[in-house]
Amino acid sequence: MEKVKAKVLCGSEFLDTEVQYAFGSDLMSDVLAYVKGNTLLLTGLTNPQVIRTAEMADVVAILFVRGKIPGKDVIDLAAENSMAVLTTKYTLYTTSGILYSEGLRGIEED
Amino acid sequence: MDNIRYDFKIEKDDFERAGEASSNIKKILRQLGLNSGIIRRVAIAAYEAEMNLVIHSNGGSITIEIDPRKVTIYANDRGPGIKDVDLAMKEGYSTASDRIREMGFGAGMGLPNMKKCSDDFSIKSILKQGTFIVMKMFLKDGD
Repeated sequence: MEKVKAKVLCGSEFLDTEVQYAFGSDLMSDVLAYVKGNTLLLTGLTNPQVIRTAEMADVVAILFVRGKIPGKDVIDLAAENSMAVLTTKYTLYTTSGILYSEGLRGIEED
Repeated sequence: MDNIRYDFKIEKDDFERAGEASSNIKKILRQLGLNSGIIRRVAIAAYEAEMNLVIHSNGGSITIEIDPRKVTIYANDRGPGIKDVDLAMKEGYSTASDRIREMGFGAGMGLPNMKKCSDDFSIKSILKQGTFIVMKMFLKDGD
């Protein structure tokens, strides 16, 4: 996460959790349709439904891109669900590129 | 294991609480010690149904029933009903407003995704009366 200069908003105790995949989308419907657990979610949406969606899909960490910082209620909901939440100033594309080049792969539909 | 049943009331347009019922359902299944794969399928199906009730219906309920063989989710609402169910089941078809789309929903994936998460899926809709969905996830050895 240093590579994308991310700032931790909550759940620093979960930063050691290993994620298998990453998925980038502002469409929560797609998160629900594609993500199958143990995933890092990259998004620029900051409403509470992002956390609910992440909770249902077993997303373990959320990285908000484009410098987005959600409200306290949203961060609290993530903390309640034992998620690590971070923010980076990079865009979704740049963040994805950096993480991919570091070896973090995306989800592929079978 | 005895049969377990929980009912959750879902209010129209209550975006603040949207997802609470599914969150509770997920916690119940975790306490029962079910496998994470089936828990995720049930949670996603329940959440898609819950969001549909909040976004599109006049309010309704989500009921979950767990017996030794399966998990069943019932999503019932008080209308307005779906005009063309076959069309609503098509990926990408949606009647959601821009406001809903800005929240990351309304992509026309909800009903198809519910079906994908279920081993058995049925939907019945009567205009002005309501939509009634039953989703079954069968428990296999190891679940």
